[in-house]
Amino acid sequence: MTLPTDKPRTAAGTLRPGSPRRRRVRTGVPLPLLIPALLGLAFLIVPLAALLVRTPWQSLPAQLTSPEVWQALKLSLICATLATGVSLVIGVPLAWLLARVDFPGRGLVRALVTLPLVLPPVVGGVALLMALGRNGIVGQWLDSWFGITLPFTTAGVVIAEAFVAMPFLVISVEGTLRAADPRYEEAAATLGASRFTAFRRVTLPLIAPGIAAGAVLAWARALGEFGATITFAGNFPGRTQTMPLAVYLALQSDPEAATALSLVLLAVSIVVLAGLRDRWMSAG
Amino acid sequence: MNRTRTATGPSVDGLDARLVVDRGTFRLDVALAVAPGEVVALLGPNGAGKTTALRVLAGLTPLTDGHLRLDGTELDRMPPESRPVGVVFQDYLLFPHLTALDNVAFGPRCQGATKAEARAQAAEWLDRLGLAAHTGAKPRRLSGGQAQRVALARALATRPRLLLLDEPLAALDARTRLEVRARLRRHLADFEAVAVLVTHDPLDAMVLADRLVVVEHGRVVQEGTPADIARHPRTDYIARLVGLNLYRGEADGHGVRLADGPSLTTTEVLSGPVFVAFPPSAVTLHRERPTGSSARNVWRCEVAGMETHGDQIRADLTGELPLVADLTTVAAAELGLHPGAEVWATVKAAQTHAYPV
Repeated sequence: MTLPTDKPRTAAGTLRPGSPRRRRVRTGVPLPLLIPALLGLAFLIVPLAALLVRTPWQSLPAQLTSPEVWQALKLSLICATLATGVSLVIGVPLAWLLARVDFPGRGLVRALVTLPLVLPPVVGGVALLMALGRNGIVGQWLDSWFGITLPFTTAGVVIAEAFVAMPFLVISVEGTLRAADPRYEEAAATLGASRFTAFRRVTLPLIAPGIAAGAVLAWARALGEFGATITFAGNFPGRTQTMPLAVYLALQSDPEAATALSLVLLAVSIVVLAGLRDRWMSAG
Repeated sequence: MNRTRTATGPSVDGLDARLVVDRGTFRLDVALAVAPGEVVALLGPNGAGKTTALRVLAGLTPLTDGHLRLDGTELDRMPPESRPVGVVFQDYLLFPHLTALDNVAFGPRCQGATKAEARAQAAEWLDRLGLAAHTGAKPRRLSGGQAQRVALARALATRPRLLLLDEPLAALDARTRLEVRARLRRHLADFEAVAVLVTHDPLDAMVLADRLVVVEHGRVVQEGTPADIARHPRTDYIARLVGLNLYRGEADGHGVRLADGPSLTTTEVLSGPVFVAFPPSAVTLHRERPTGSSARNVWRCEVAGMETHGDQIRADLTGELPLVADLTTVAAAELGLHPGAEVWATVKAAQTHAYPV
């Protein structure tokens, strides 16, 4: 009971003169690390701050409600959402295949799935043209049999975005599946569930948080997609001109509009990050 | 109900199996014949292959060789979802996103019942197992004993012809165990089809099962009723489980020459290879070599270790004859027992029990 009062007195009497030095030893960061670290932080923060500083706050409401901006924003949201939907429908089963089925060449398949993550998006766009373009190896059949042309259409935007964004979803869902206990699926099997029923009624609900996180990540990636979209779908206002494309174009004619559009995308990014913080930021 | 009947030959009803699984370094080869209404426990140390045997029966691990018939139907090529088999897993594996009711309704649903029918059946099962008040609870809100009963209800709700229980009591604390064990015994007694449980706990096995099959290193080393196995253990593992000192030797009249040690005197008159067993409480320890003692079995030993065992001290002895001895705390203090101490151990012939191999 005397301990709490004892301690500060001792500290006051003997430790305080030396305590500043002590403290620095404990939490001290060597300058050769601290300076580059602060530089790095500034490097990431300053551009975003500059964007906020230079935003034409007075004309912002007018900018954001202009038909061009509204058109691009609407198209971006619709296409990113559709691309996420496509990624979910074909990406989740692909993730399941990679995580749960042992087939020869699985490592290679996984590498191929991850490739679009590191591939320059423009290359992705060119590759899509070669595959689904009017003369592409698949596209020519789509054209002659069904009369479907994908490049330079809104559907083309969705395809380009899905191509770039789906790997994020697949990787995220596969990781969640690997972490999920496969014995729940075994338990479901002993209760008479087919493998598909077990997936639908047991696995899917268990990995739902991972799927949601992957979907948000894919959606954010699709929303910001530029290279593959402009290569495969072009830049037609109202049809294929998404927000990033509009920003790029506006920068050359109307920098104020570009800043306003960028601010919208930044806001969306922050919302996404806030939504994912439990999953990605608490890891540290 | 004929609960003590032991099915030996291949019968039409019940389980008839020879389970062979080859995994390179480990080979399981276990023959099992279980009659309907009978409860058999696969008892063995960790890594003996018990759980593998259970997984093969459930269809979760394929057979390398052998056969698997249940009520006359070949099961070995049937996928797990088509087998009339229910499993209670060691950690239950209740689906965490479903309520107790929906966990139990899962099986009937998979078998084609409508949602309402499945739920009605599930409610009935939960009621039968005394869980009517917990139908709406998610698994994480259930106690260990309740979760175990939900798992049992879930397995029984598919009306299996073979019920498998993997270490059914291992996940429970000591106090709940006692109560759940008694309950589980009643439920197993009511179960009319084949029940096979896997455990490393001899008490669970003896309370729950009509017949024990002891598995070591992937093979059956002994099988019989609990009483028979407790009286006549055939391996060190079982002897230790039932708390007996066990030796193997060559009998000649009252004397038994042990394979790698001294001779023992027994009351039985036998010849040929025999087992000799005696309980740790039959061993008396002395500081000096006993002279006037009537015991003829006297060995010089060294204390290797000591531990409390109930209200007694159990001493692990090495020397002429490795053995385990039980003595009171007072006796241990008077003898000044400590690891490394030299003692003389005696066992009266009347307290040993010899039986042919």
